[in-house]
Amino acid sequence: MIRSHVLICGGTGCTSSHSHEVINKLAEELKSKGLEDEIKIVQTGCFGLCALGPVMIIYPEGTFYSCVTVDDVPEIVDEHLIKGRIVQRLVYNDTGDKEPLDKSVPVSLSETGFYKKQHRVALRNCGVINPESIDEYIAMDGYFALAKVLKEMTPDDVIKCISDSGLRGRGGGGFPTGRKWSFAKASAGDKKYVVCNADEGDPGAFMDRSVLEGDPHSIIEAMAIAGYAIGADEGFVYVRAEYPIAVKRLSIAIEQAREYGLLGKNIFGSDFSFELHIRLGAGAFVCGEETALMTSIEGNRGEPRPRPPFPAVKGLFGKPTVENNVETFANIPQIILQGPEWFASMGTATSKGTKVFALGGKIKHTGLVEIPMGTTLREIIEDIGGGIPDGKKFKAAQTGGPSGGCIPASLIDTEVDYDNLVAIGCMMGSGGLIVMDEDTCMVDMAKFFLEFTVDESCGKCTPCRIGTRRLLELLNKITDGNGTLEDIDRLEELCNYIRQNSLCGLGQTAPNPVLATLKFFREEYIAHVVDKKCPAGVCKNLLTYVIDQDKCIGCGKCAKNCPADTIFKTDYVAPGHKLASYTIDPAKCVKCGACLSGCKFGAISKQ
Amino acid sequence: MKSLEELLAIKAKMQDKVAVRTSSGDIRVVVGMATCGIAAGARPVLNAFVEAVSKEELGDRVTVTQTGCIGICQYEPVVEVYEKDKEKVTYVNMTAERVKDVVEKHIKGGKPVTEYTIGAAKL
Ligand SMILES: Cc1cc2nc3c(=O)[nH]c(=O)nc-3n(C[C@H](O)[C@H](O)[C@H](O)COP(=O)(O)O)c2cc1C
Repeated sequence: MIRSHVLICGGTGCTSSHSHEVINKLAEELKSKGLEDEIKIVQTGCFGLCALGPVMIIYPEGTFYSCVTVDDVPEIVDEHLIKGRIVQRLVYNDTGDKEPLDKSVPVSLSETGFYKKQHRVALRNCGVINPESIDEYIAMDGYFALAKVLKEMTPDDVIKCISDSGLRGRGGGGFPTGRKWSFAKASAGDKKYVVCNADEGDPGAFMDRSVLEGDPHSIIEAMAIAGYAIGADEGFVYVRAEYPIAVKRLSIAIEQAREYGLLGKNIFGSDFSFELHIRLGAGAFVCGEETALMTSIEGNRGEPRPRPPFPAVKGLFGKPTVENNVETFANIPQIILQGPEWFASMGTATSKGTKVFALGGKIKHTGLVEIPMGTTLREIIEDIGGGIPDGKKFKAAQTGGPSGGCIPASLIDTEVDYDNLVAIGCMMGSGGLIVMDEDTCMVDMAKFFLEFTVDESCGKCTPCRIGTRRLLELLNKITDGNGTLEDIDRLEELCNYIRQNSLCGLGQTAPNPVLATLKFFREEYIAHVVDKKCPAGVCKNLLTYVIDQDKCIGCGKCAKNCPADTIFKTDYVAPGHKLASYTIDPAKCVKCGACLSGCKFGAISKQ
Repeated sequence: MKSLEELLAIKAKMQDKVAVRTSSGDIRVVVGMATCGIAAGARPVLNAFVEAVSKEELGDRVTVTQTGCIGICQYEPVVEVYEKDKEKVTYVNMTAERVKDVVEKHIKGGKPVTEYTIGAAKL
């Protein structure tokens, strides 16, 4: 009889910090101690606290261990699992309160600062169930929403329920999901499709991957519900091939659902039949755009097509199609089971429910968090994310990836929802949230995203293909120190042109990182072109490394470290020192920073 | 899957298996499992509780866990039962046999089995 469950994260983050070795070691230890029949190991999806992986949680106590290594396993078995003594040095109990708790008081996962303000709907089963067990999903009310829909609701009831909930697309656009479904239902056609967008191309976003890895059945169930609502009998999940764990778990889940007759013909004895296939994407950003995605599923080169006609009218293989994001789908079964009022009770007036964010950048707890819409950026960064490391100052948060903008520190109390972000010239995007501190150069940041869009532009339309390249050249000119004030005007003009004239969302939103940084950090652009300085000290060509002649003791370490032989001894001996000081030849300096990081006397600085 | 009943059956079968992770447990049964407890036979006691709770389908109300040394080694195995808004009950010299009584009379019946408690042992 099982008395204890040990849950270990098998998501991508923890897998790369060797959770599999921990699992294997644990299995070995349990076997050698004869505990296999008392203690069960459960490999789960992502818990969210990726920075502290591998993470482990032991029930029934609910003890949460972080950064567990193979060497810790025997101690966990001997102390915790056999003797019931919590291994305090591994306990994670940062509650976010000012007074750090005594480590001997283990707190449950839900009390930690990281989880306290979270509210898990889309991620409810991630880190709780074994994603490779359909039975565990069913134990958590899995497939009951599908049963309810097929037994008690008409397709119109389903669409009304989703509409009333206020759910909007989580893939970036925020289009009302119920309305999208009603369009597809209204389109005439003997054949229709449901498509799940799991392409997740925003750099830094990984919530869709985590849902597929941690709770794949929720997507299958939701797609079947969508199929019933619009009258489709077939669906595709388009997932990037770089997500091997997600693909594997989803394949297993589809196989299990087929075996149980939850996919296939006459589900729950009704007239409704539904089949599901996986299509792998090669990882092109543009293939996340809905029309390019469908073109790719059809077997063609992934390029967007003009809309209208919209997919709801003429989508995959020319048939009416509903296309939704993974996280959008993950909310559906819960809305059906708990009712639209329950869902609409969370969030703000126009943005209901929760949103998952992938926290990254200069923040203590990088990872995945799900919070009610309308939570302020300050709560996300300070309370949940644990603040900025190393005592640095918060400068801005980037949302929406390469299509998004940034929220400056002055707007940190903004309540995060679709419309508030749009109002400040930003966008929700798929939920990547990159935190930047005072050491980030905003021009350099805009350049980073432009490099990405230039790479990822599919080339079909000219404004995007050529316009983004010209934008990048202008940014390079500015960060190289050759920019002029006119270049800033040109930048703005070109941005607006690309925005208005590109064929698809990729080009239309590509200028956003530039426009947002121009709006909030124009003075940084001006510093680059007028003063020829990079205030954050990032843009190499605008930096000079200098040696303070009076602080230099003349040890010569910098000259040895310099890969370009640009540091020389002078004739000057500073008062109180014995050896002559060194100096850098600015014309030859490659600005690698090796001299600065090697100087123990604080004599070198960048200016 | 042809019917809701089949789905419910799977859920019922599994509930027991995932209850360890979800139950809030109004009642907490804590078994002392330090070296002394284990030497005195705490493991069969712990397992007997886990089995009884499962067999009687008490999983949603009762959590069975273990703890380290409770400090009264000569009375091991020691089991403490915590219940919301009630005084803690400490059982001593527990055996798998006694577990049946405790589950039946105390956990299900609401009446502590006085003769196994620490109060009785000290007399
Ligand atoms: C360049 C580009 C990339 C996109 N990438 C994604 C993506 O990776 N995942 C996604 O769900 N939606 C992506 N979208 C948005 C989709 O076109 C579409 O709006 C969305 O998947 C619809 O689902 P939703 O209503 O559930 O959000 C992208 C859009 C553009 C223009």
